[in-house]
Amino acid sequence: MNPSRKRKVRLTVALTAAVVLASALMYTSFSAASPALSPSQLLHSAQPGRSYVLTGTVAKGSVRHDGAVLDFAVRDRKGTSVVPLAYTGTIPDPFKEGREVIVTVEKQGARYVGERNTLITKCPSKFKTAPASEKQNY
Amino acid sequence: MAGLGFACLLLALAICVYGIAASLYGVRRGRPEFSESGRRAVYALAGILTVAFVVLELAFLRNDFAFNTVADTSSRTTPTFYRAAAVWSSQEGSLLLWAWLLSMWSSLALFLTRHRMRDVAAYATAILLGFGGFFVSLMIFYANPFATTNPAPPEGVGLDPLLRFPTMMVHPPMLYSGYTLCTIPLAFGMGALLARRVDADWIRAIRRFAFAGWLFLGVGILLGARWSYSELGWGGYWGWDAVENASLMPWLTATAFLHSLMIQEKRGMLKVWNVSLVLATGTLAIMGTFLVRSGVLNSIHAFGGATLGVPFVTLIGVLIVASIYLVLSRRDMLRSENRLDSLLSRESIFLANNLVLVGLCFVIFWGTYFPLISEVFTGQESSVGPPWFDRYTVPLALVLVLLSGIGPVIAWRRATFANARRNFVLPAGTALLALGALTAAGVTRKPLALAMFCFAAFVFGSIGQEFVRGARARRAMAGEAPPRALLALVRRNRRRYGGYIVHIGIAVLFIGVAASSSFQHASELQLKPGQSTKVGAYTVRYVRPTASITPKYDRAHTGSTLALGAEVDVKKGGRHVATLNPSQGYYASQEPSQGTVGSLIGGQAVSHVSIDAGVTRDVWSAIQPNIEAPALKKIVAAGNRTLEPEQAPVALLVLARSYLKSAPAAAFHFIVSPMVMWIWVGGLIVFLGGLIAAWPAPSVVRARVAARARSRAPRDLVRA
Repeated sequence: MNPSRKRKVRLTVALTAAVVLASALMYTSFSAASPALSPSQLLHSAQPGRSYVLTGTVAKGSVRHDGAVLDFAVRDRKGTSVVPLAYTGTIPDPFKEGREVIVTVEKQGARYVGERNTLITKCPSKFKTAPASEKQNY
Repeated sequence: MAGLGFACLLLALAICVYGIAASLYGVRRGRPEFSESGRRAVYALAGILTVAFVVLELAFLRNDFAFNTVADTSSRTTPTFYRAAAVWSSQEGSLLLWAWLLSMWSSLALFLTRHRMRDVAAYATAILLGFGGFFVSLMIFYANPFATTNPAPPEGVGLDPLLRFPTMMVHPPMLYSGYTLCTIPLAFGMGALLARRVDADWIRAIRRFAFAGWLFLGVGILLGARWSYSELGWGGYWGWDAVENASLMPWLTATAFLHSLMIQEKRGMLKVWNVSLVLATGTLAIMGTFLVRSGVLNSIHAFGGATLGVPFVTLIGVLIVASIYLVLSRRDMLRSENRLDSLLSRESIFLANNLVLVGLCFVIFWGTYFPLISEVFTGQESSVGPPWFDRYTVPLALVLVLLSGIGPVIAWRRATFANARRNFVLPAGTALLALGALTAAGVTRKPLALAMFCFAAFVFGSIGQEFVRGARARRAMAGEAPPRALLALVRRNRRRYGGYIVHIGIAVLFIGVAASSSFQHASELQLKPGQSTKVGAYTVRYVRPTASITPKYDRAHTGSTLALGAEVDVKKGGRHVATLNPSQGYYASQEPSQGTVGSLIGGQAVSHVSIDAGVTRDVWSAIQPNIEAPALKKIVAAGNRTLEPEQAPVALLVLARSYLKSAPAAAFHFIVSPMVMWIWVGGLIVFLGGLIAAWPAPSVVRARVAARARSRAPRDLVRA
């Protein structure tokens, strides 16, 4: 085989392999992904046995420790829908009522259960810009 | 002072605009004096931004709460060290740090290249000033670090207690240095394409900066991992969080570039690939900066109030379009001077290493941005978790470690059977020996970890062989003693042997990652004083509660008003191993509604992790005491009712005593992780190797001195 043809064959093989691998990557990402929903969306569309990434704020007065289980409710950022859930696992230090959280949940019967060690609390202060009305620009 | 700071920003923007215009005019019209003036504008930018940074730093040190950033991120009770470093904990301050570091590194790069490639440097100057102008504009129009409130509040909110950790204070400057240094190769790469000078000169000129960017980024990532492990209270060092990934991606492409540029230097190959990697690294560095500030992805670090998405997306869009246009329009000039002679050659291994690194970067990019991608294609935002990342990154990391052992010993151009036998017998033997020893020790239930240990042994064998051979050759030539020969070998071939040390460090680091993630034992449970539990082979017992009530006695010296914790005894086989003292620090809040006592402890609560670190394993512990227990709540409520603010600390004393007397059950988290320490040791070895490789060799210093003398000669002659 002449060198030019050899190079073309190599390039074709390499590109085919790259396309196959990229396709596998894309396929598995779509099949393994958990939809990210707000509480109102979750209440509307959750199916039992499927994982969802729930985002919202911890509802005031909802936090209760029951042994190793943490019961709390997640509220829409702008709205009134609330999802109560039972969570077991590591609780991030910034977790608090009113804070924004991200947690992977699953509907089990009529209740929602947080998957172990998936609770993330967003940083409350860093990079938060103060209201413009309080500021005076030079 | 705020006025002075803001005036500096306005002046900085004017300097950027002037410098861009002067550089472009100079290079397009063949007027070097204008290009020279553009370069000096970068120095002026560095000077003016230094003044601005000092103004903001002084405001923090003087507790000038008229500055909004100071009031939002500092307080009188924040310890001085953390107050000084709180400058970059806010959006505004971190933008100033970014712009300042960019101006400093750019000044250094342009100073060191002032006698070389003047046309390329002129374009690079304009591009670097473009970046500078962009960040200064963000501060002027979106996030002003010198914005003030009148009248000034009497006290600030304080630095987020989670950030009160020494490495966390060093982590941002390291990471930002890495990001800003990555933009220098991008600027010179684009400059080379614009000036149509795509030989290896521009690569030689910026190689050291690319290396420094890679090194700083790596150190920043490692410090972030250390902070996560020691401070965040979950016991992990990497969570595939969007912001962690954002810093890893440019590091991976920079690693690929540092390898492939050797092929361009030696054989004139991979020019398109190299310039593409440089442009991709710089763009990914900007994307990393953007990700923290845009709020487009859910992440522990993706903060509220982010308004900088549109300007960043515009900049990134311009960079991508310009990069693609420049590479495509100059593709004829970027043709390789040589072809691959064989798939069994060092060039091929470097190319394979590049493909794996870029593949890793693509996997991480896809997973990180998947919420946006899925929303575009399905209308539903979805995300992938750590198991998805692990599925792809673990095999790729295994291949990468193996290649890092093969690359240094395989021959350039074409490896023969004799060459393979000569170079690979020892490394393969080392790997087989490791396999035998680990199998005998029963480490077979985790095949991926076993493979990683064996591949790391292969790397030790191949690199060790290179050092021994080099030292022997030196001994034979110079008759030096073995240690002296080894030192001389490294000193005279810093780039090569520094790189080898980096490979050793990476292998050590991956041993730590594989062992700690595969053979970890963890336990999360509630314990009362006197109770115990088993964690792997260890027995941990909650001996007694502990409490401290003033910042002075706070173990972590982070300024918490109250810390509640536990003394924990760790035993193995009935023998005392360590005493751990995990605690949780409580910080004051600025919310009067919590009451006089409640506000003293109503701020952020932060875990003070206690670790017994060892060569073979770490015993890691964290505690979350139940401060909401009825007895403790009663004390706070009574204090709120009866005590004035100045008397409120007394209630904390009562609360601490009550806790010590009858502590309620606390939630404990124990982890026994093997060989975690080797992750940090590996990182240090990488850092050491990187420094050796980046340090100018004696011959380079001599050449630079000679070049300087040559450039002065005509001037001296004229004077004479």
